[in-house]
Amino acid sequence: MYKVIEKRVLSENVAKLIIENKRIAKNRKAGQFVIIKMGEIGERIPLTIADADPEKGTITIIVQKVGTSSHKLFNLNAGDHISDLVGPLGQPTKVENVGTVIAAGGGVGVAPLYPIAKAFKEAGNKLITILAARTKDLIILENEMKEFADEFMIMTDDGSYGKKGLITAGIEEVIKREKVDMVICLGPAIMMKFIALLTKKYNIHTIASLNTIMVDGTGMCGACRVTVGGKTKFVCVDGPEFNAHEVDFDGMLKRLNAYKKEEETSYSKYLKDLK
Amino acid sequence: MSVDYEALKKDRAQEWRGNLRKSMPAKERTQIERVKMPENEPLKRNKNFNEVNNGLSEKQAIIEAKRCLDCPTPTCISGCPVNIDIPGFIKQIEKGDFLESAKILKDTNALPAVCGRVCPQENQCELKCIYNKMKKPSVAIGHLERFASDYERNTGKVSIPEVLKSNNIKIAVIGSGPSGLTFAGEMCKLGYEVTIFEALHEFGGVLVYGIPEFRLPKKIVKAEINSLEKMGVKFVKNFIVGRSAGLDELKDQGFKGFFIGSGAGLPRFMNVPGENLVNIYSSNEYLTRVNLMKAYKFPEYDTPIIRAKRVAVIGGGNTAMDSVRTAKRLGADRAMIIYRRSEEEMPARIEEVHHAKEEGIEFLILTNPVEYIGDTEDKVKQIKVQKMELGEPDESGRRRPKPIPGSEYTIDIDIVIVGIGTSPNPLIPQTIKGLDVTRWGTLVVNEETLQTSIPNIFAGGDIVRGGATVILAMGDGKKAAESAHKYLINK
Ligand SMILES: Cc1cc2nc3c(=O)[nH]c(=O)nc-3n(C[C@H](O)[C@H](O)[C@H](O)COP(=O)(O)OP(=O)(O)OC[C@H]3O[C@@H](n4cnc5c(N)ncnc54)[C@H](O)[C@@H]3O)c2cc1C
Ligand SMILES: Cc1cc2nc3c(=O)[nH]c(=O)nc-3n(C[C@H](O)[C@H](O)[C@H](O)COP(=O)(O)OP(=O)(O)OC[C@H]3O[C@@H](n4cnc5c(N)ncnc54)[C@H](O)[C@@H]3O)c2cc1C
Ligand code: SF4
Ligand code: SF4
Ligand code: FES
Repeated sequence: MYKVIEKRVLSENVAKLIIENKRIAKNRKAGQFVIIKMGEIGERIPLTIADADPEKGTITIIVQKVGTSSHKLFNLNAGDHISDLVGPLGQPTKVENVGTVIAAGGGVGVAPLYPIAKAFKEAGNKLITILAARTKDLIILENEMKEFADEFMIMTDDGSYGKKGLITAGIEEVIKREKVDMVICLGPAIMMKFIALLTKKYNIHTIASLNTIMVDGTGMCGACRVTVGGKTKFVCVDGPEFNAHEVDFDGMLKRLNAYKKEEETSYSKYLKDLK
Repeated sequence: MSVDYEALKKDRAQEWRGNLRKSMPAKERTQIERVKMPENEPLKRNKNFNEVNNGLSEKQAIIEAKRCLDCPTPTCISGCPVNIDIPGFIKQIEKGDFLESAKILKDTNALPAVCGRVCPQENQCELKCIYNKMKKPSVAIGHLERFASDYERNTGKVSIPEVLKSNNIKIAVIGSGPSGLTFAGEMCKLGYEVTIFEALHEFGGVLVYGIPEFRLPKKIVKAEINSLEKMGVKFVKNFIVGRSAGLDELKDQGFKGFFIGSGAGLPRFMNVPGENLVNIYSSNEYLTRVNLMKAYKFPEYDTPIIRAKRVAVIGGGNTAMDSVRTAKRLGADRAMIIYRRSEEEMPARIEEVHHAKEEGIEFLILTNPVEYIGDTEDKVKQIKVQKMELGEPDESGRRRPKPIPGSEYTIDIDIVIVGIGTSPNPLIPQTIKGLDVTRWGTLVVNEETLQTSIPNIFAGGDIVRGGATVILAMGDGKKAAESAHKYLINK
């Protein structure tokens, strides 16, 4: 059992949880994730380790409620316990000093982007951070991200905050202005797909962190597989980060929808049971 | 492992055994017909996850036990990879002392209730039974093994093996499959402080995530694990050695000896075009969702599974058979096996193939998928298959299948399950420096001692053998414990 030490609601659908787990806190690296299962009937869901405090023996996760399991997690409070928590999983980010790096995060993708962006800054890169969301209320971790970025930009689809427009517009603006050596993107698959298309045009090395459906997270089931450079890769052990120019995002998007109907059944049952 | 025939002879010479033998002439014993395992009706059971076999009644077990001739040289024992004293436990059943029978089993086999259910007995102990020489069906050793251990469990009088006083030497076991469990039990008996580390949230390896409830109820595995816990084995779940902590960290915590029983959990795919379409599963994913995550109870349980009308399973082993019978139970009208060789070459147990047929599973043999075709949402809707014919035997002695040109046709399908086998997960070899690995990814061990290239690390089960069987994995656990003990006390 793993105790929730602290909970903070960041926006209507997003919460930050600090959870006790000494071992993961000590051994995790930027870019890695955990699998959480809540109770006997719970499913196993992957969540990025947004931050960790090795001294206190805690890890931070940021969760966006999109369905049954994420909603259950969102509803936890300080003092509650999580029955199963395993990690750190996946390959850590390869952090290098390459020069100028754009860290582009959309929606809840900002949470996993946080430790990666920070690591790139600490490695000596010039860091340009661009956050995007549909609307102002969905922007998370603004202050935390701003703190260490050399340059910081917000884009909203509806123009309610920052600049109006898609994240690709923000990225292109920077690329046209100065030499960019690398782009790291994290967010909805569709966003990453368009970022990849854009940066390919400019021939800029781009890394995407993929959020496929997972079961075990240890390379045992193949649920998380995607096609990268024509080959089948398992996101949980080979990734989650890949060269974005080689990822078959269309295939990935469709696999993400594999359980659409079942997810709706489960979520409406869950919401009904909540009442 | 060698059989201690002297000890067996002494047991056999006991008075009660002699009397029992004399109580019925051999001729009469051989006239008894082999017991038939009571089974649930095929067309009812293929709609639920209850166990297919119901177990023998006491009366049936005693009659079946009478068939065993208590041979002076029991050939059956040499067919059992862990050399269970087969006539010894069977004669206790004939005598009516079922608890003693269970105890004899437990002396050599930590998981008799499991082996009695899933061992390929027809190729092992039962194949070597003297009855085969008389052209008669062998003694139902597996059924009797299951009977005795179920009896013990059901009466709640489970005997916990004796454990020597702790020697304070800490041993770590990586993986809680049958090899790890057996190794842990043996070392615990010898007085070691054993901790099992398991990556998943349940213990048992393939026994809990792979083999379905209808063949091996999970409560049986739980009971065996409880016994080990009572003996003093420590169980740590959600711990991936190589990720949660490395081997060095465990050494720092004082662990002196290691056993790797991490299995062969990496699913293989065929690299056929379209294999990453939606609704194409690996057997591991399909079975893990259903068994470990209980997706057959969705939405009561949170993990979903697609319930489809037309299901194709690729492969002919136990994994494929378990997948296809699971699909049938989840409501498939058409659930079929697609296998590239003929039925004789199928690696699955005969009993499973037989059960599958009774349950209405279709068998498309000498057939191989060459392409998966998707709809506009990239969901698989058809398989293109090719007919095969058998050519010359290959290295495994099985005739090699060859495609017949121009024989392709398509089959309409809603989901596909690829069950062509698994390979070892590379995590352990990757993260433990100095471990020698074969080109198939299995660990190199000394065949006699099961010691790896690192002296205090032993290994067994599927991580060494590739996909094998429960009983072979257990045999390895036992053998490794013997040599680990020798190594550790001489140090
Ligand atoms: C490596 C990795 C890291 C992740 N990190 C985070 C994180 O830090 N914070 C966070 O909130 N989420 C993260 N996710 C996504 C998270 O695992 C899913 O949102 C969660 O599993 C959804 O479960 P559910 O039962 O709540 O929703 P479901 O009912 O399963 O799904 C509801 C909706 O969410 C979509 N969805 C389902 N699974 C995923 C997925 N894996 N990724 C994106 N969308 C999905 C579905 O298409 C559906 O529209 C991560 C995923 C991966 C693979
Ligand atoms: C579907 C299916 C049906 C089968 N049917 C039969 C049958 O009827 N009869 C039969 O005899 N055999 C059968 N087999 C084969 C049999 O189950 C295996 O040979 C046997 O389970 C192998 O045992 P093992 O101890 O090597 O490990 P496994 O049972 O493979 O267990 C290994 C365990 O190690 C854990 N692990 C892996 N890596 C790590 C790590 N780094 N840290 C911590 N834990 C780790 C895994 O999570 C797993 O729980 C079947 C196999 C399958 C898949
Ligand atoms: S363990 Fe398996 S092979 Fe050995 S006697 Fe029992 S059923 Fe036969
Ligand atoms: S060979 Fe057959 S008859 Fe003889 S002891 Fe073994 S089981 Fe009994
Ligand atoms: S989640 Fe099962 S292999 Fe990646």
